[in-house]
Formats: sequence, structure tokens, C-alpha cells
Amino acid sequence: MQIEIEYFALLREEAGCASETIELQQPTPAAVYACLNERHAFSLPAARLRVAVNDRFTEWNTQLDDGDRVVFIPPVAGG
Amino acid sequence: MFTLQSGPVDTVNARQQLIHPGCGGYCSFEGWVRDHHEGRSVDKLIYEAYAPLALREGQTVIDEAVQRFEIEAARCVHRTGELAVGELAVWVGVAAAHRDAAFAASRYIIDEIKTRVPIWKNEFYTDGTSAWVNCAACAATADDNQSRRAV
Repeated sequence: MQIEIEYFALLREEAGCASETIELQQPTPAAVYACLNERHAFSLPAARLRVAVNDRFTEWNTQLDDGDRVVFIPPVAGG
Repeated sequence: MFTLQSGPVDTVNARQQLIHPGCGGYCSFEGWVRDHHEGRSVDKLIYEAYAPLALREGQTVIDEAVQRFEIEAARCVHRTGELAVGELAVWVGVAAAHRDAAFAASRYIIDEIKTRVPIWKNEFYTDGTSAWVNCAACAATADDNQSRRAV
């Protein structure tokens, strides 16, 4: 399945791009992050992030569908 | 209503949107760009938002405030992009029949916005370096944990 990833803030800088697509079998957000972490060596472990799929907060073990858009959310700092 | 805005916030107009004949109290909070953070001298900030989710989560916070407190209406505007020291970064306004609820709800809104809404702050320091606020500390902690595991 093809999963689209959109990056923000620190993760965008560390990935060196604003978005990318990866191919994974039976993907979950946890599996996607583990795969991308091998590629980019992110400084933030998954335990420090939240995850959103198609613009909604979701759980790390959710089964993803083909074409889903995943965003990993570093610690926020609005205000 | 929660909105994101790339240009300066018109607080006079924003306040005007909350005026209601049943309200006897109005409370606003403004967050400004400070020239220092944890002992470092700050030159400017860049706010970045994951807009679709930030708008949804921000609106959820406003809706929660309306349900939890005896208020008539609440609004919040958050800036995005580059801001200089002294500029307004976030504005919260609440109108209520009585002041207690207006104070409590505005406090609730700013506290929740800061911890839940996907907006990030890249701080640029006068020494030429920069850091994503709250991320650097987390990454440092992660490194510590890995070092401890390695030992």
C-alpha cells in the first residue's frame, strides 16, 4: 500500500522534505514511523510524537488504507 | 471560533465580534513575542501550523470552553509565519454574563491551545542559532535515554 507522509517543523527539517510516499504491507502509523526513522534517523522517538491520519488524531496501531495521509506531530509550542 | 492568520491581528475588530447585550464581562488574553527564552536572547520567531488539524483542534477547545463555563462566546486567533519581538502571537477573547466565567474560560483556552493544537515555534536567537521550542528538549532526553540504555 502507498502511504503519504507530510512533515512539519523539526521532522520536516530532519527529513529534508515536506512530504514523501512510502510503500508498506499492512501498514500502521507505528510501522511507517519505524521505517522512516531508519531512513532519516529522526531525533524524536515515537513516544514523543502524536499521529494524525487524514487530518484527525489517531492511534499508533491503526490499520492504514491505501492513499492515507499520515502526519507525525512533534511536541507542539503554540501560544 | 478559532482562526489562523499570517498577518497582524486586528484586536479591536476581534473584540467587536464578541459584543452581546447579555454580557456584562469581557476578558482577553494576548500572547506576545518575548525577547528572551530560558536565558537566551531571542531575535524573532517563526510559527508553523498543520492548518487543517490546528483549525479543527482549536475549534474543539473553543467548543469545550463554551460547554464548561457560563460564557456567551469565545474566539481565538493564532499567528503563523515570521514574528518580531513585541508582536502579538495569539489573541483570546471571551464574553460572559459575569466576569468569573470570562476569566476562567480565557485561561482554559490559552492553556489548552498551547498543549494540544499542532502549531510549532522556531525560535531564532541573536547569536544566529535557532531551535524548535519543546522539540530540542525532547530530543535531548531521548539521547540521554539511549546513552543510559547503551551503558
